[in-house]
Formats: sequence, structure tokens, C-alpha cells
Amino acid sequence: MLSIKNIHANVEGKEILKGINLEIKPGEVHAIMGPNGSGKSTLASVLAGREEYEVTEGEVLFSGKDLLELSIEDRAREGLFLAFQYPVEIPGVSTTNFIKAAVNEKRKYQGLEPLDAVSFLKMMKEKMAMVEIGQSLLSRSINEGFSGGEKKRNEIFQMAMLEPKLAILDETDSGLDIDALRIVANGINKLRTPDRSILLITHYQRLLDYIQPDYVHVLYKGRIVKSGTKELALELEEKGYDFITESIDQSANV
Amino acid sequence: MTNVNYFKDQFSALQTSDPNELLTGIRKENFDTFSRSGLPTLRQEEWKYTNISSLFDKDYEFAADQEISPYLLSSLEEIRINGHQNANELVFLNGRYSPSLSAVRSPESQLVVLPLEEAIDSKYKALVAMHLGQSSSYIKDGIHALNTSFIHGGLFLYIPKGQQLLHPVYIYHLSDAGQQHTLSQPRSLIYVEAQAKFQLAETYKTLGTCESFTNEVMEIVVEADAFVEYYKIQNDGPNAHQTNTTHIRQMEKSHVHTVVLSLNGGMVRNNLNLVMDARGNETHLYGLSLLRGKTHVDNHTMIDNKMPDCYSNQLYKSVADDASTSIFSGRIIVQPDAQKTNAYQSSKNILLSEQASINAKPQLEIFADDVKCSHGCTVGQLDEEALYYLRARGIPKEKAEVLLLHAFAADIVDQIKLEPLQKYTEKLIYEHLTVS
Repeated sequence: MLSIKNIHANVEGKEILKGINLEIKPGEVHAIMGPNGSGKSTLASVLAGREEYEVTEGEVLFSGKDLLELSIEDRAREGLFLAFQYPVEIPGVSTTNFIKAAVNEKRKYQGLEPLDAVSFLKMMKEKMAMVEIGQSLLSRSINEGFSGGEKKRNEIFQMAMLEPKLAILDETDSGLDIDALRIVANGINKLRTPDRSILLITHYQRLLDYIQPDYVHVLYKGRIVKSGTKELALELEEKGYDFITESIDQSANV
Repeated sequence: MTNVNYFKDQFSALQTSDPNELLTGIRKENFDTFSRSGLPTLRQEEWKYTNISSLFDKDYEFAADQEISPYLLSSLEEIRINGHQNANELVFLNGRYSPSLSAVRSPESQLVVLPLEEAIDSKYKALVAMHLGQSSSYIKDGIHALNTSFIHGGLFLYIPKGQQLLHPVYIYHLSDAGQQHTLSQPRSLIYVEAQAKFQLAETYKTLGTCESFTNEVMEIVVEADAFVEYYKIQNDGPNAHQTNTTHIRQMEKSHVHTVVLSLNGGMVRNNLNLVMDARGNETHLYGLSLLRGKTHVDNHTMIDNKMPDCYSNQLYKSVADDASTSIFSGRIIVQPDAQKTNAYQSSKNILLSEQASINAKPQLEIFADDVKCSHGCTVGQLDEEALYYLRARGIPKEKAEVLLLHAFAADIVDQIKLEPLQKYTEKLIYEHLTVS
């Protein structure tokens, strides 16, 4: 599904990612954890194609295609979805029209006819129930005046509508209270399928109580320094990041 | 410089052929102004961004009266606004009101429509004498005087007291520039009696490929407690230039709501004057210019608060792409008697190209002490974060830009309260933004 090989990336001339390697197979859920500033969100942005990020080395294959050669919109239409850490408010663009445009752009890319109004509505209803989001939010402008939890739920709703092959959830748990976290996590769990892969980016272990990952990786100073199963997350929760980072920093100093 | 002798000859001919006493007097005074000042140049502060005198390198002439042809009728069909079946449709052909092309659908008890000359010979004579030409005391430049020098074939509308006109008035301006560079000078006077409600929309179309210059003056008197909505839609060819003045006088507790929408065109100057001649008025002015190519649109507003307790709010938005130019110049005067004035003004602009330009000039002249006035202006680009977000959902860059431009325009379009007209403008804007 996704194969990241030795990715190095700069932002404003500063190297943030220093050689990342990661393989995600269809249906797998990977969690990337790490202290603040380790490069987690940069990795998400590089995969989504954000233009300020310059990839200086390495390659990324997505379903066999060279991801880095694709435009932002083509990556999305190929089935990559990024749930934003800070979803943007766009006054004046209705959420429903926007999602309809996005769904139909993807269909067009796949050589399918656009959905007619009835089918689109039916799909909306179905997915709204799945992620527990109300009509009132969707008839408003994109994220305008939404609470933090509503914004995150809207991201998961868009994921449900766009049915991606790979979803990257960038700190989707940040800023959520426990109830909102549960709703969002339930939505994500319902979207798990045998061939949909998920990359969870998170600072805290608590999201992983709700969404059980197959693999956990620790990102530190632009590299994956430790990988393991979900037990690694529990260990991190218990001991903090220091137990890993200190040993890395020591060996670097030797 | 334009052919002064041509205008002199035409002026003498008109004074002879239409020797109406009231009109000849007004014309004479204004032709003197025109002869003295000529056309405005960039050296005049009020015209510093719009060089209309450069247009008159070409010899503009008035178009002769013409027969109504199938060609004219089909052209008219093209600019008819949605909901026209229920509207009063009034047509100016080459700057002269054409009763035969027009359709008045409201009963006379709700709306009186007369050629201006006929109104002067009717019971409305005193009204016309009192209000026609008032704009000349506010705008003393040559181009405004040129219109007033040639008042002929104008339009008079009268909305009787308390009439809530159910059917709006649509005014279509056709200019035929098929054979020559055509100068059209529509003139109208609208009198809205106390407690009446009136909705008006104007739009323009140039036929042919020579240049056309429309130099329009409309004066509107809004009596106490009356409510006027005024909409101007400008979407003409690049050979279509315009200077127009809408001069509105508001009496006590009246309400005026205007929206000026400019899409395509050549060089366009819109003067919108509001005179608060009594207390307690409310005024909302909106503008939206979505420009590309070499279109140049200069919106000039002036609110003269002469009396207390008036509220005005202005929001003008523009997007300038290619080598287009957008100008907003808003002047607010608060006279010593106009205590408790609330006057707000805001201009928001998006610059899409390095060749495009945007100028915004607020002017506040405040001579009273107990007032609230504010102005603000922004010039920026499309929101990069929003573009990224839309693209990350698979919407291509060009479409994402169009979505954001629509969103930018939306709050002005929402101010078009006349529903069929709002639909019509949404369609125009959609086509304008998509076909680029």
C-alpha cells in the first residue's frame, strides 16, 4: 500500500525528516508516536503534498505509484486522505457542496459518472449515522464556527465519504475531551476494512485505547528510532518518551 | 481630446429642436461647465485613477434614432433579467428612453412611467423642476455636465405614497456601436413617495464592435419612511465604457440598499452619492467587482450626512486578475448638524496577478463631535491554507480557486434581496468565474 524509503525533507531549509523508512500493508493500522517537534506532522504533510515541504532524498510508493510526483489533488484522488490536525475554516463554501465536489472529482478521476443528487444524499445519510454527525453542521460553511470536536468529526465524516485506501490521521485526538474522543474513535473503527490502511499520528497513547494499532513506531529527531506492537505504546505511556530518547541521545554523544 | 465643435453643434441643435424652458436652462448652465472644464483628467483628485479623457481620443457621436429591428429585439432578449415576466421592463436605446421597447406591467396607481419631457408638461412639473439636476451641485466635473447638457429622451418614474411596488423595475440600456463610436447619455429622475417601497435593477449591453461610452445620470428622491433597493449589473464587452452617477437624496427615516456588481467591461466609473437631507436614515451600500482582462472599474461613493441620526454601512469587495484595475474611493462627510451619525466603510480586495492593481481610498470628513465612523481596507491573495485543504480533498487547484472566489463573493450576492435577480447574478458570476 505505502512504502516510504529513506525520506529526507526540509522546511525553510531546515532538515526535519532525516531518513524515514516505513512499510504499510493493506488493512494495517500503524501508529506513529513521538515527542513534540520530532517530525510527525511533517511526515503527514510530506505525504499529502504540502508545497512548503521539500523532499531532498528518498521515495514514496503508493499502490505502486511514485507518490511524490503527484499533485496534492491527485494524491487525494488516488485514495490518500489526510485528516488535518487543524482543519481550516472556509467561510462561504458550504460543507455539503464541498464534499459533493470532492466525491465527484474522485469519481471523475476513476472514470465514473458523478453521483446524482439522490445517491449522494443516500450516501451522506449513511455516513452521517456512521460517524455521528448532524445535518446542521453540514449545511454550514466548512468548519466555520465549529468546536474542536466538531471539526475533527467533520474530518472523519469526509474520510467516510471519500473512502480512501490510506487515511493519515494527524493528531486527530488533540484538543478532544473524552466524549468527543470516543465518538471520533468509534467513527474511525467503523471505517476499518481489510484493505484500508490507517496511519495514526499521535502524541498520546490514549487514542490507542480506542483504536488498536497493529504496529507502533516512535519518531524522534526525524527518524523512526523504535518500532513494535501496541505494547510499545503502553510502555511509552508508563515510562514516557525519555526512556527511549535518552538512550538515543547518549549513543549520539558517544 | 474630443471634438468640442461636434458637441457645440449638437448642443445648439438640441436647444432648438427641444426648446423646453426648464430643460434648456439646465442644459445651458451645464454646457457652460462642460465647455469650461472639459473632461476630467488624472490631475483631478476625484479622477486620479481613471483616465476617461484618454477614451475620447476616439470621436464619439450620438446615435441617430433607429427603427426597432429584429436584431435589436434579439439583443434585448439576451440581457433580460430573470423574473422579467413580472417586472416593469424599461429600455433605453442609445441613451434615450424607448416607450415602444418597454413594458410597464404595474398599474398606474402603483407606478407612473413617463418620458421626462412629458412629465414636465404634466402635474409632476413642480417635482421635476425641484429635483432634476440636483446632482450638479455635488458633481461639478465635465463628464457629469456633459450628460446634463444633453438632457433629452429621459425617463421619469413616480411611485405614489404608500405603494409597496410588487413588481420591480428593470432598466435595460442598449447602445448600438455597430457603425460608429457611440456616446449614450441616459438620464432619469425617480421620485419615491413617503412609505413606498421600490426595487430597481439596471443592466447594460453594447451592440457592435466600435467603442461605446455610456454616460448616465440617475437621480432618486426617497421620501420619508420609503424603502429603495437599487441594483446595478455591469457585464458588457471590453469596448463598453461607462461613467454613471446615481444620486440619491434621502428624506426622514428612509432606507436605501444598493448593490453594484461589475464583471466584464472596458473603463467603468460608478459614482454613487447619498445625501442625507433629513434625520434617521439607514443606508447600505455594497459592491462586488470580479475583474480580469483589462477591465477597469472605479467605484466612487459619497455620503453627505447633513442631518443627525443617520446610519450607513458600506462593504465593497473586489478581485483583480490579469491586467485589470479595481478602485474604491469612499467619501463620508459628517456636517456639523449631523450628530449621532454612524458611518462604516470597508473595502476588501484580492489581487490575483502581478499586472492587476487595486486602489482603495477612504475619505472621512467629520465636522460633528458625537459620531461613530470607521473605515478599513484589506488587499490580499487567496487563502493558501484553504486552497491546500480543498486540494487535499481532491479538488483541482483551478476549481478550488473558483470555490474560494465564490465564497468571497457570496456575502455581497446575498445582499441582492430580489430573488430572481439574485439567481440571475449567481449564474452570471458562475459563468464569469468558470469560463476563464
